[in-house]
Amino acid sequence: MNFVCCIKQVPDTSEVKIDPETNTLMRSGVESISNPYDLVALETALILRDKYGGWVTALSMGPPQAEQVLKEAISLGADAAVLLSDRAFAGADTLATSYTLYKAIRNLDVDRPVDIVLCGKQAIDGDTAQVGPGVATRLGFTQFTSVVEIRELNTSDRHITVKRRVEGGFEVVRGPLPTVITVDLGLARPRRASLPGLILSLRTVIDRWDADAVGAEATKIGLKGSPTWVRRIFSPPLKEGGPVFDGRKDPVPAVERFLDAIVADGELTSELFKNPGV
Amino acid sequence: MREEFEVAIVGAGPAGISAALALAEKGIKVIVFERGEFPGAKNVSGGVLYGHDLAESVPDFIKRECPVERNIVESRLWYLSLDGGFNVSFRDRAFEEGLSFNAFTVGRARFDRWFAGIAEEKGVLVVCGTTVTDLLKDGGGRVTGVRTDRSDGDVTARVVLIADGVNSALAAKTGFRPEPKPSDVALAVKEVIELPEEVINERFNVEAGHGVTIEILGEITKGMDGVAVIYTNKNSLSLCIGANLFDLMSNTVRPYEMLEEFKGHPMVAPLIKSGRPREYMAHWLAEGGYDTIPHLYGDGYLIAGESGMLFNALHREGSNMAMASGRLAALTIAGALARGDTGSEGLAGYAAALQGSYVMKDLKKYRRFNRFLLNHKELFSTLPRLGASAAREMLTVDGVSKKEKQTSIRRRIQGAIPLARLARLLWAGARSIG
Repeated sequence: MNFVCCIKQVPDTSEVKIDPETNTLMRSGVESISNPYDLVALETALILRDKYGGWVTALSMGPPQAEQVLKEAISLGADAAVLLSDRAFAGADTLATSYTLYKAIRNLDVDRPVDIVLCGKQAIDGDTAQVGPGVATRLGFTQFTSVVEIRELNTSDRHITVKRRVEGGFEVVRGPLPTVITVDLGLARPRRASLPGLILSLRTVIDRWDADAVGAEATKIGLKGSPTWVRRIFSPPLKEGGPVFDGRKDPVPAVERFLDAIVADGELTSELFKNPGV
Repeated sequence: MREEFEVAIVGAGPAGISAALALAEKGIKVIVFERGEFPGAKNVSGGVLYGHDLAESVPDFIKRECPVERNIVESRLWYLSLDGGFNVSFRDRAFEEGLSFNAFTVGRARFDRWFAGIAEEKGVLVVCGTTVTDLLKDGGGRVTGVRTDRSDGDVTARVVLIADGVNSALAAKTGFRPEPKPSDVALAVKEVIELPEEVINERFNVEAGHGVTIEILGEITKGMDGVAVIYTNKNSLSLCIGANLFDLMSNTVRPYEMLEEFKGHPMVAPLIKSGRPREYMAHWLAEGGYDTIPHLYGDGYLIAGESGMLFNALHREGSNMAMASGRLAALTIAGALARGDTGSEGLAGYAAALQGSYVMKDLKKYRRFNRFLLNHKELFSTLPRLGASAAREMLTVDGVSKKEKQTSIRRRIQGAIPLARLARLLWAGARSIG
């Protein structure tokens, strides 16, 4: 089984604030980390590799300093790592990013046919959850998003059964390999690197592929290949609580005040009577 | 499989990295362990470094973009009562030109990272986020390596250099250094207050890039043996205040309360007005001086920096002593490795080298200083109060003749502190730093 794990370097969003005047991210001085969802994906890949044998390649796209996340992947046990780094990749939206990752995975596929691509469900900076599915679609692989459990991996029949989170619950689904899996945080708990692993990562020189090495078409990468434009970033306004009618001491006047209030609010009244179940 | 190194260093601070650099330059295989997520992550130092000692390790540190905050051109000494105080300051053009970077402020989180980066370029392996939990020893008690908190975490080394700072967990565990007594350490708190660069330039009367240090004694430490400092960074001020741990315990004073009162002092408040607090932290300082220094070497190990209590409390010099001791440790280790004797005898040259350097000379010179402060609490209570009231009276124009004022001041001083005691205090003070 050969695994590719996509890892994004993200700002530690627990420390990022939005400038309320300019609506831009205030990133200065904020440490960069590996996207936590992607570390769960890597852990999953490592567990599966250790069980079924094979090879885990960590893949990232980003500026040169993004090699830090790949070093972390090596320290945790990835067998190889490739950084896609080129000025031409800069400014990519999810469309251009998934195209670039797809081209790189195709390259990896030549030497070692890829069975499972694992991605985090989403990145904590953009929260779009689009890149995993975008890569799957281009590769033509089966895709399972928001996976919380891997029930079965059958390497002879070449299929996988997973439990995934869907709105309002979970579903268990089965599909053929090769596949792209995007993982939820509950799927695995990332390990801590062993000392030899950490030392190995410090000594590893990370392979770097530019746009030529990836074999990407110039019009489909970076800013040029990105039709998405961010118009504005903003913090959602704090929700203020609605009116409270405290009936703990004496419910009668509270209910009366409540009824007066909804009668006064015509919109609310019509909403209530439209839905007889309420 | 356990990897072997020639030298394992505990701590990626100034002591550990200076040693690592010196060893790597001699082609010796070194590994450095750092508890923090990156070098400097756990550092709380006030932030003054000295160019002389840094240049010994990195001669072209300015060209190599050492993250200097401000070059110190003026040093102030304040002696404060609760409502005011005295200010002595010295500034010299020399510190702007010829002696530039004699002393300068740095943010240690950035500086330590930079310094470790230089060592890494020389081939030093700096392993972060990894705590050394124990020393490996052979049957004869000789140190043979370190144990870390990671899986497969043992590393063997022919020599271990312990440079993990004053609050060494390794010391507590292995007993290579007795746990410091409360009276041998100070507990200091530090707050970094953000202000625009130009505002700092104006308030401290300096050009861009130039800075000021203020060392402060007096009633601000509430009668306890303690000191406060204010250092200028590029666009922030570091305010630290600390007192002897024994004093803090017996007076049940909380350091942050001391800091809040300090910030409200009439000579401090205008400097930090409208500033935004950015960081707050607390740490120990090894103030016990010469007599609290442990045995600094043994079979297979050496101790450098503040792990070895190498700190000059009077001149607030610690990082430079760390660098100097780290380098001397490295020279000793290199010699010992070459001779093939890394036992206690092979490493004994370290003690002699330290004794011959300014590190031990200075610490010996001031060995009575800590005791002196601890035994003369009027330095932090009666004296600044009397001094301030005398100055206030002399400067108040109220129709009373100066001669009458002097008489009343003299009476007040004699009432508050017997002249014999004052004379003894001056004598002891002069001796403690003489």
